[in-house]
Amino acid sequence: MNYFPDEVLEHIFDFVTSQRDRNSVSQVCKPWYKIESSCRQKVFVGNCYAISPERVIERFPGLKSIFLKGKPHFADFNLVPHDWGGFVYPWIEAFARNNVGLEELKLKRMIISDECLELISRSFPNFKSLVLVSCEGFTTDGLAAIASNCRFLRELDLQENDVEDHRGHWLSCIPDTCTSLVSLNFACLKGDVNLAALERLVARSPNLRSLRLNHAVPLDILQKILMRAPHLVDLGVGSYVHDPDSETYNKLVTAIRRCKSVKSLSGFLDVAPHCLSAFHLICPRLTSLNLSYAPGIHGTELVKLIRHCRKLQRLWILDCIGDEGLEVVASTCKDLQEIRVFPSDPFVGNAAVTEVGLVALSRGCPKLQSILYFCQQMTNAALITVAKNCPNFTRFRLCILDPTKPDAVTNQPLDEGFGAIVHSCKGLRRLSMSGQLTDQVFLYIGMYAEQLEMLSIAFAGDTDKGMQYLLNGCKKLRKLEIRDCPFGNAALLMDVGKYETMRSLWMSSCEITLGGCKSLAKKMPRLNVEIINDNDQMEVSADDRQKVEKMYLYRTLAGQRKDAPEFVWTL
Amino acid sequence: MEGGLGLLVGGGSPNESTMSKLEVVEAEASSYPVEAELELGLGLSLGSGGGGGKGKANAWGDCGRILTAKDFPSVVSQPHRPNKNNNNSSIPSACVVGAVSGTKRAADSVSHEGGSPTAGSQVVGWPPIRAYRMNSLVNQAKAARAEEDKGIGEKDKSKDNLKKKICNGNKANVTGNEKGHLGFVKVNMDGVPIGRKVDLNAHACYETLAQALEEMFFRSTTTINSIGGEKQQVTKPSKLLDGSSEFVLTYEDKEGDWMLVGDVPWGSQLSNLADRENVELLTPEQTPPPLPDVPNLCKKASNHEDVRSQWTCSKIPG
Repeated sequence: MNYFPDEVLEHIFDFVTSQRDRNSVSQVCKPWYKIESSCRQKVFVGNCYAISPERVIERFPGLKSIFLKGKPHFADFNLVPHDWGGFVYPWIEAFARNNVGLEELKLKRMIISDECLELISRSFPNFKSLVLVSCEGFTTDGLAAIASNCRFLRELDLQENDVEDHRGHWLSCIPDTCTSLVSLNFACLKGDVNLAALERLVARSPNLRSLRLNHAVPLDILQKILMRAPHLVDLGVGSYVHDPDSETYNKLVTAIRRCKSVKSLSGFLDVAPHCLSAFHLICPRLTSLNLSYAPGIHGTELVKLIRHCRKLQRLWILDCIGDEGLEVVASTCKDLQEIRVFPSDPFVGNAAVTEVGLVALSRGCPKLQSILYFCQQMTNAALITVAKNCPNFTRFRLCILDPTKPDAVTNQPLDEGFGAIVHSCKGLRRLSMSGQLTDQVFLYIGMYAEQLEMLSIAFAGDTDKGMQYLLNGCKKLRKLEIRDCPFGNAALLMDVGKYETMRSLWMSSCEITLGGCKSLAKKMPRLNVEIINDNDQMEVSADDRQKVEKMYLYRTLAGQRKDAPEFVWTL
Repeated sequence: MEGGLGLLVGGGSPNESTMSKLEVVEAEASSYPVEAELELGLGLSLGSGGGGGKGKANAWGDCGRILTAKDFPSVVSQPHRPNKNNNNSSIPSACVVGAVSGTKRAADSVSHEGGSPTAGSQVVGWPPIRAYRMNSLVNQAKAARAEEDKGIGEKDKSKDNLKKKICNGNKANVTGNEKGHLGFVKVNMDGVPIGRKVDLNAHACYETLAQALEEMFFRSTTTINSIGGEKQQVTKPSKLLDGSSEFVLTYEDKEGDWMLVGDVPWGSQLSNLADRENVELLTPEQTPPPLPDVPNLCKKASNHEDVRSQWTCSKIPG
């Protein structure tokens, strides 16, 4: 392999795009490591505290695009205090200082401030793409800085962020000379935008392919925008409230007719459900449909819409569609690969779908690979049927609203059902379970889930054996998150070396003690073992026998982090 | 639980064994008797959680946890009647409250979640839905709960005198500028579970609004295009406004007082209803004590100054 000059190898490596493959390439031999590292442009850091920004810059001098993840996954469910960490500023500051030619930045579950956004906008002249997912800490003022200063802005994609809306005119800050916009998503912003500026922006962006509006964009503006952007591929409707007999509606229908390229539809954040029929024109071409933020659409309307969507591959929907509605999905959407069914009223604790809908989907959609299903109840028989019908699952997440509910018919634990899933779906990479589960299910997972990388467990198991089966069996496990399970120190300390092969472990409301965590931290210096002690549950001089409420550990080359707040102890 | 279905133990081709076990399962399922009486309650509790196998003195401290079936060895063999209304309300509420109040975190998180969960679902971070999605559902659920209930087929179980609210259907996530969304208001009648939407922008005075409402609620065969249709014409005096109906139209103003609709000029009324959320049709028993005299409100908006000075209340006959 030393016969090729470096340039040739570089050229060959250019064709290797996935992060994992490039990591593998870099481990073949030292020369390959050097060459691959010098020409890699896109870097993914799954835990921003696992490595320091300086080290990343040093290894990848050609860095142009980076994707960073911050808080642990359970932060999504309010289990992690807001100021736990995940600040991106040190990274941006390091990039700026080292003259990194940053063009693309994607963040997930991180804290980014307005100052940071401004720093980005001033430090990287070729900055093109900002994607923020579930982030917080910034306001529309920060967005204004990006809008004003990034002359070649192509993509501004805000997904489910918590943004303080100062209702400034950030959108108007995009200069008239900027015509490069390809993707704009501001659906999560709560305030108004300057509608005239929005229209002008769309008019001067011939490359615009993806546009997702927030609720403050009314129907007449939507109609005007669609007239100007008939080449849209991805559309997120903002407000869809209108009078069916009005001129506006007729114009909308005309505009929609012109949009022959729309493949992905979402939004309907405010909706008067009676006239979705305008969108029936688009449905036959749709491959992706997300109506999970539109509880105003009744089940019957949903079904009418879906009957037209024969090419659908991805569907995110609310459970008000019901089991019958899912039968319609199953009979219509034969190409379906991913489906997510969310509860429309999680507080009441009633989901409108059951195992019947799940089985129907599995029967009708054999190409299903990814599912997230919130339901009222489940049975082993249903899961076994699903496992048989759909062996191609790579992601399987089932949430029964009552987390310890047994099989609704036999009253048995759901061990056999989930066992069937892991046995049948040989490519399963991600699994979340709920319902009554004993140690047995973990035995099955350890035995059969060979490709499993991420596992989320809650209120399951009986003894330490459960967790031990997991750690023993799942060789490819990277992320394990456990809450409210009776696993203690014996399980935690059984195989401490395992944690260096994983990205992270989260355990909350389990049986592990301070002493156990300390012992683990002592044995494994390259792990950060953090105790999250919000609400002062533990004293500094706490007895080692005291239970630990929340523990988060992760492998790291960066040592103890310096930005941890007071209530986080790194042991 | 070693026996179970024995699904995955032993040799033979996986498909075959799966098939036969599936049949076994289905046979079992159908022959399982359902005992109607006993309801197994799972509960959060403090203190002595954990199964028998644990042994050691349990120092759970303030942590609540859901008990599994193993924690109830004496009842675990009895079948659990599937609780159609099952949510965590099957958990004894005393235990839940105790567990939740024991941890400040839990209490904080509950208050983080926007709208307060019902008594049952006090488990922190459950169901596992992203906070952003939860918040957005809360906002939208507040505005649309009545219609959603209808859609899911849930009957509202509260008492007969359902006091429902008029919500501005577009209030979800709107913080500032309301003008563009002013049109739609939902009106509910006391005793009727299903509300109707009215576009205030379609009416130029109280009279047409009252007529539209009367059409909606008292003549159910007629369907009014309530989503901002043609401006309604005045055809005859409205019973709602002159007091000859047994119902009155009220709304809740900024201070939280219940006011009779019609008290102020139409334009001001629009802004009152925009800011506040509650308009009701009340039954006679619930009206405030009658004030003397009932002027006829069949006047255009421009005349409302005199109406305002004369307007008192509607008199409820018989």
